[in-house]
Amino acid sequence: MKKEITISVNGEKHTLEVEPRTLLVHVIREHLRLTGTHIGCDTSSCGACTVLLNGKSVKSCTILAVQANGKEVSTVEGMATADGLHPLQEGFKENHGLHCGFCTPGMLMRAAELLENNPNPTEEEIRWGISGNLCRCTGYNNIVKAIQYAGAKMRGEETPSTEPEFV
Amino acid sequence: MGHSLKRKEDARFIQGKGHYVDDIQLPGMLHMDIVRSPYAYAKIKSINAEEALKIPGVVAVVTGKDLEKYNLHWMPTLMSDTQMVLPTDTVMYQAQEVAAVIATDRYAARDGKEAVMVEYEPMKPVIDPYKSLAPDAPVLRTDKEGKKDNHIWHWEVGDKEATEKLFSEAEVVVKEQMHIPRIHVASIETCGCVADYDKINNHLTMYMTTQAPHAIRTVIALVAGHVGLTEEKIRVISPDIGGGFGGKVPVYPGYVIAIAVSFLVGKPVKWVEDRSENLQADSFARDYHITVEMAGTKAGKILGTRFKILADHGYTDAAANPSKFPTGMFSIGTGSYDYQTTFMEADAVYTNKPPGGVAYRCSFRVTEAVHAIERITDRFAFEIGKDPAALRMENFIKKEDFPWKSPTGWEYDSGDYHAGLKLAMDTVGYDELRKEQAEKRKRGELMGIGISTFTEIVGAGPSKDFDILGIKMFDSAEIRVHPTGKAIARFGTKSQGQGHETTYAQIIAEELGIPAENIQVEEGDTDTAPYGLGTYASRSTPTAGAAAAVAARKLRDKARKIAAYLLEVSEDDLEWEPGKFFVKGAPEKAKTIQEIVFAAYTNHPQGMEAGFEATHYYDPPNLTFPSGAYICIVDIDKETGEIKVRRFVAIDDCGNIINPMIVQGQVHGGLTQGIAPAMYEELIYDEDGNILNGTFMDYLVPTAVESPSWETGHTVTPSPHHPIGAKGVGESPTVGAPPAIANAIVDALSPYGITHLDIPITPFKVWKALREKGVN
Ligand code: FES
Ligand code: FES
Repeated sequence: MKKEITISVNGEKHTLEVEPRTLLVHVIREHLRLTGTHIGCDTSSCGACTVLLNGKSVKSCTILAVQANGKEVSTVEGMATADGLHPLQEGFKENHGLHCGFCTPGMLMRAAELLENNPNPTEEEIRWGISGNLCRCTGYNNIVKAIQYAGAKMRGEETPSTEPEFV
Repeated sequence: MGHSLKRKEDARFIQGKGHYVDDIQLPGMLHMDIVRSPYAYAKIKSINAEEALKIPGVVAVVTGKDLEKYNLHWMPTLMSDTQMVLPTDTVMYQAQEVAAVIATDRYAARDGKEAVMVEYEPMKPVIDPYKSLAPDAPVLRTDKEGKKDNHIWHWEVGDKEATEKLFSEAEVVVKEQMHIPRIHVASIETCGCVADYDKINNHLTMYMTTQAPHAIRTVIALVAGHVGLTEEKIRVISPDIGGGFGGKVPVYPGYVIAIAVSFLVGKPVKWVEDRSENLQADSFARDYHITVEMAGTKAGKILGTRFKILADHGYTDAAANPSKFPTGMFSIGTGSYDYQTTFMEADAVYTNKPPGGVAYRCSFRVTEAVHAIERITDRFAFEIGKDPAALRMENFIKKEDFPWKSPTGWEYDSGDYHAGLKLAMDTVGYDELRKEQAEKRKRGELMGIGISTFTEIVGAGPSKDFDILGIKMFDSAEIRVHPTGKAIARFGTKSQGQGHETTYAQIIAEELGIPAENIQVEEGDTDTAPYGLGTYASRSTPTAGAAAAVAARKLRDKARKIAAYLLEVSEDDLEWEPGKFFVKGAPEKAKTIQEIVFAAYTNHPQGMEAGFEATHYYDPPNLTFPSGAYICIVDIDKETGEIKVRRFVAIDDCGNIINPMIVQGQVHGGLTQGIAPAMYEELIYDEDGNILNGTFMDYLVPTAVESPSWETGHTVTPSPHHPIGAKGVGESPTVGAPPAIANAIVDALSPYGITHLDIPITPFKVWKALREKGVN
């Protein structure tokens, strides 16, 4: 009872046969071997699996692969370009926005949509904006900073200092 | 040192190229899923796998009886207790592993799991640890011959008689009973493994989420040696780990079953648990019931303390403490204060709850101890009507009194508690805040200021006292410098996000003058890294970090000999500056470390061993004692009980700092893991032993919204005995934050006579407490 689906992932088209119950996250991770997208829960709570589906951030553990048929999926692997890192990736690195890195791909994808919709978010808007993504390591301060840094860079403004305020 | 070098490991993580256990896919790999008990205590009457085995893709269903044939159905815990791998007749807690389903893919394994029929005969479980000690309680561990009750062990330290005398005569005695709730590390990556047994070569490669790969290899050899898996046949690889926090120290049944299955079928077997399984079955942390008392004078001098603990370990003592320390380092609980009379005792019990007692971001029960001492110190200040900051300042151990002998036998290495608290008070604007609070109180508004000034104890530990299953708790570093002057360094520890690839490189760079970007750090492969006890309890910098410095210094000694030979001078004529040796008074006559290393391979002095590498196993002479002064400000809505953390200032002292950016990041993360149990997290069980919040939907890990914007800072009091004066920091904030928050909330409520609330302090608890005091 497999179904054929065609999805475009990071600009590359894939046609594959899946069981109708197969989750999008498993297609991404196991069929296409793009393991940057992670799984952190079984209740749609953690956001580690966040990808963009036609530009909107979704939890890929909560979407069936067949629902993505004919759509565009973007994952962390597609973020950097020939010109280098995406400003968000740079922001996370420069501001120590990650420790173990397990939540990071999901955070990056979620933040990408956030900045797309709101290029200059306040701290509060960032915090609410990423509240569907759990990070157990960083305490979020530096994730907020990383997103502010990327926002500034994408707006063409000078990026804020990345020195830790550690008196 | 002291430089916020950006992390070397980040490049792969931000581009989706991290390599975690679940990313491993081997040819022919099978998937394992686990059938778990719905009951907290039940006899297993039958397990029927017939339907499961009919499902396409299901290869096998493994039960305790199957493992029994190979004597693999039991395993030791790290505390020398015993634990079932799979049960043969009885389940002891809800979500316990009952059978394993092996299939060709994860969906088929899950189908198989649903189809396994298990018939249970439920029994009345023992959930309350106090009831577990009652004389009429059923004996739970009937597997232990002659066991007549549910008591595991008794522990005590201090001077009982002197403490009793002090308390009977003291001007002021305060007392609180508190529960440090059962919580979970909840790292975003759950636990899992790929066990890959190669029949032809009789060799097991075990990829697993472990913080202590070397110790695990030894444990596997101890458990499975009798079936031919001896230690040289086992390679444990701990790839990137998505957060550990102590939860990835123990050996869980799932790992052992995966090994057993791979061993029997000769194929790789992957097991990765779900979040719900992780929360419901893997080791919990804390769960200490503590009665704490403090005796002092009316003027505010602390004279002594007394602690009585009941430790709920669940089905088995699966803590991961050093062997001689059943309560871990709880005895640090006398705190940062200068007094010499204390008595502490603890009893541990079995209940029908999941086993554990792991040291969650904590040097083994320090969190529990610090909560008790910091809460009771505030309680004492409240009792005598003294400002809690002033009371602490008057009672602190003085800077000049270090090294300081604690009444429980520790030698605190160094500290400057006055400076830390002063900096915290200045940063937050303490006096102004107290004025604001007084104003607000007049208007009936609830604002609280909470302080925690803790002493930590990390870096286990000196081998005379510290071992796990007999293995001494040293740690190791091996540095190999290649002919072109670039290095690879390997360690017995294992980062789970702490940034070892960067900080260890910085330590070696500092000692040898080779740039950090030219030093590759590797950990987690037992075939290549030197033996060590792993990363937990903030021990990596105190032990392996020290080993790195000492190994690098051995190399520097060798470099001096080679430089003397190359420059044709005596060794004493040479002076070192990072990166080169030069002739005293003639700095132009110099050899860089790169030239020296090249010579070690191409032109070394006759009689000297060629090559340029060194290994060191560092056995610390003492633990290190980081400290901190935290201040939390809360505003509480009297109508709803809602608590808002307005500000939180954390001043840490972890000695010399290798990378301020990483230290600060550790502090941020630990603080969020501190607010979690203080306000949100607790694993709750009903009286039948059902977990009531075993998923991420109802176990409330703080998001960016609950987590305040942390304000951090530091003071520096180097450790006098650590080679680079560092102390370790990872767990300080997790340990220090909960009492600061609890003290702030209780402070806000204190005008109504509320002296204590158990964490997690939820709006409902606050609302209820206020209503009980007649506030409407
Ligand atoms: S894996 Fe947790 S939300 Fe998708
Ligand atoms: S960096 Fe570890 S979960 Fe976010």
